[in-house]
Amino acid sequence: MSSEMTKPLLEMKNVSKEYNGNPVLKDVNFTLGQGEVLGLVGENGAGKSTLMNILFGMDVIHQTGGYGGKVLIDGKEVKFTSPLDALKSGIGMVHQEFSLLPGFTAAENILLNREPQNRSVLSLVFGDRANTIDRKELQKQAIAAITKLGVELDPDMLVAEMPVGHKQFTEISREISKSAIRLLVLDEPTAVLTEKEAEMLLKAIRNLSAQGISVIFITHRLQEILDVCNKVIVMRDGRIVNELDAAKTSISEMAKLMVGREVATPDSEKQEARPISDKVVLSVKNLWVDMPGETVRDVNLEVHDGEILGIGGLAGQGKLGIPNGIMGLFPAGGKVVLNGSEIPLNNPRACLDSSLAFVSEDRRGVGLLLDESLEWNIAFPAMQIQNKFLKPYLGGLVKWRDQSGIKKVTDKYIEQLQIKCTSSKQKAKELSGGNQQKVCLAKAFALEPKLLFVSEPTRGIDIGAKALVLKALREYNRNFGVTIVMISSELEELRQCCDRIAIITDGAVSGILPASSPSEDFGILMVGKTAKEAM
Amino acid sequence: MKREINSKDVRNFLSNNIVPIIFIVLCAACFPVAGYSPEYLADQIITRIMRNSFLVLSLLIPIMAGMGLNFGMTLGAMAGQIGIIFITAWNVVGIPGLLLAAIIATPIAVLLGWFCGKMLNMARGREMITSYMISFFMNGVYQLVVLYGMGPVIPIHSDQVILPRGYGVRNTIDLLNVRKSIDNFWSIKLFADENGVGGINIPILTIILIALLCVVIIWFRKTKIGQDMRAVGQDMEVAREAGIKVERTRVLAIVISTVFAAYGMVIYLSNMGTLNTYNSHSQIGMFSIAALLVGGASVSKASIKNVFLGIVLFHLMFILTPQAGKNLIGQAQIGEFFRVFVSYGVITLALVLYEIRTRREKAESAKTLALSQMQEAQA
Repeated sequence: MSSEMTKPLLEMKNVSKEYNGNPVLKDVNFTLGQGEVLGLVGENGAGKSTLMNILFGMDVIHQTGGYGGKVLIDGKEVKFTSPLDALKSGIGMVHQEFSLLPGFTAAENILLNREPQNRSVLSLVFGDRANTIDRKELQKQAIAAITKLGVELDPDMLVAEMPVGHKQFTEISREISKSAIRLLVLDEPTAVLTEKEAEMLLKAIRNLSAQGISVIFITHRLQEILDVCNKVIVMRDGRIVNELDAAKTSISEMAKLMVGREVATPDSEKQEARPISDKVVLSVKNLWVDMPGETVRDVNLEVHDGEILGIGGLAGQGKLGIPNGIMGLFPAGGKVVLNGSEIPLNNPRACLDSSLAFVSEDRRGVGLLLDESLEWNIAFPAMQIQNKFLKPYLGGLVKWRDQSGIKKVTDKYIEQLQIKCTSSKQKAKELSGGNQQKVCLAKAFALEPKLLFVSEPTRGIDIGAKALVLKALREYNRNFGVTIVMISSELEELRQCCDRIAIITDGAVSGILPASSPSEDFGILMVGKTAKEAM
Repeated sequence: MKREINSKDVRNFLSNNIVPIIFIVLCAACFPVAGYSPEYLADQIITRIMRNSFLVLSLLIPIMAGMGLNFGMTLGAMAGQIGIIFITAWNVVGIPGLLLAAIIATPIAVLLGWFCGKMLNMARGREMITSYMISFFMNGVYQLVVLYGMGPVIPIHSDQVILPRGYGVRNTIDLLNVRKSIDNFWSIKLFADENGVGGINIPILTIILIALLCVVIIWFRKTKIGQDMRAVGQDMEVAREAGIKVERTRVLAIVISTVFAAYGMVIYLSNMGTLNTYNSHSQIGMFSIAALLVGGASVSKASIKNVFLGIVLFHLMFILTPQAGKNLIGQAQIGEFFRVFVSYGVITLALVLYEIRTRREKAESAKTLALSQMQEAQA
């Protein structure tokens, strides 16, 4: 159409980024034309957020040494120093978390801090902030933005009273109302929407594209990519593994590219398929958990005796909510039966008393007494809950700590798990992340549970430590017959370690497969499709 | 079905307005026992409204900015008192005197408010306890200035004001110069008998002043700064992302509140006619906050309606209980006792209720989850 069309709106050339020497983005190249809709897919940690942070000049990028390569807008190189800079160039983003004020109406939120104003006499005395707000104009501009988006949204409705979908529309309308908007980045906009709302949003994206606004659409719902995008970029491990024409690809192709790294696992570490007993130790029925960001809606699950059950799924779908809910750390409901007896929910003590143990994903917050010695960390729960390591005196009136017993058990686990420390008296906070994780495991092992929940055991630790932690879990399971439920965002890790893997999508189990199934099957479950639908 | 909703509505109404309802019931119970005539009560209530409403209104803006009850209004009251001390010493009379007092108080109030606002920005999320402590702390500074500074350092040499020893301000100062000068400037009397005895005094100028402040507050809500304050009050992070200068806005809220409190104190003292140099300010902070809460306000929400309802109910009780106490058990003291006891009680109740409500709202989200699952199961 115009001469602007000759130069792409956005171009990224050889963009790379590393955090403390760890490359997280490598050699990213793509272009985006005016009015184009680009789908961006990839597992958690594939580098999507980092890429967007670079585009918007977020602080985390500058504080960690900037990035390599070039970002070009209309063919000219840009280096944004803050999101406000990006906004001036017409780039806006709608984040996953809403940035809305509950007590304001949609219109007020859309034009937040950009309200049209009338000058009054008092403005002369007190300055511009004494201007009154022009309600009529505010309404008009808000309606204009909503119309441009092409959705139904009442400008006078309070955000607090809105269904989630309308909140999302409000958020997008706000970006659109910024005058020069040319490129809109939507981060998982449909994750929280109902089917009908999501449809409306997709229609809105097409509307925007028709008006010449480009859209980068980040989503895990691959069908939506097929529905609205012109092209798709699949990211994995910080690289663009493929750029696809949305019209010519399929869900299974994308899913495969997304998760389908054929990691050469050493044979010794590969999980051999082994018979699992049919005996159910833990059954979970209709579990809901109100854990912010990881809401569990309706989970039904059976854990068999002696197995390692993996629970996977994308972030925010609810997999972390399951152990946290069962262990009573967040409000929960439903029915949980362990070995035939029901476990009361919302009661952490009762769970621990019934020989359940939990290694939390929140190592520093929930998992460890950071200022205490390893001995204390490892022995404390066992002492508190099971009266271990206590010696009764005066006929049980006074109980003293059995210091030598504590030291013995700590030393045992330090050796077993190869915890790197100066002595069992060292403080937990002085250890590295991987070793802290091992202490958390040792702490749970010391309780000698029948069933152990392990949540994100390898989060934030290096590869060597990862292997050791996984090995420790596997050996513990094999040698003591302890059933383990392991929750992890990393599918490969689950496939290495577990017998069966359940995938959680939208707060419910979307499928359970043996760990030996091909990874694309898991990929399809993660994006909320049953295997059949994707065929 | 419809009935069910109704009973729920009633319960909600009761639980949301529990404090004013308790006070209405208390006042209704005391009224016949005290045996005051309605005219007398009306006259008294109008006096109290005139005396206190400016002070209570000054609390509204920090609540709007999400900073809770501004216990730091005491600072404004101190500024007002300093203004009054000066004009009494200089013997400036009548309305010009009050104007001068307000002019002297303004910079002091701005400075104190700015200081308090800065401190509160550092103690985000704990504004109320911090402002309460600041008011104690500044009380010490105030006493130092008034007790030792006035005379030797600050040149005030009026026998009416300064203690006989030559420095320091007297415990109580008679404010004959400005006593009721706003109220009497233009007032009319209703329902008086032929001799002009009894009846209800209506001080028109005071009413105009208070109405003006109400208009200012309503106007203020419609300004850009008012909108910013409401935004900051709801979510500081969201406001910041939108480019609103959060810290500045919060400091401004406290400064405005402190200045209004200073003016309120000038009006209050002129109406009372005496200054209790070392007590008035700390008492007035407590009573103003209690009155606002009695009117049905909460830590996060307050309106002009709450201000006036609160003053009427709170002071009605103070007028009624001493007499009721005297008539019942021959002890008027019980009223004074009630005054303090009830103020603290009401503030405690309001703070606790606020927490309970916040928690209840959180529990709601868990309930919806359970409910949606049930509905799915039925479907």
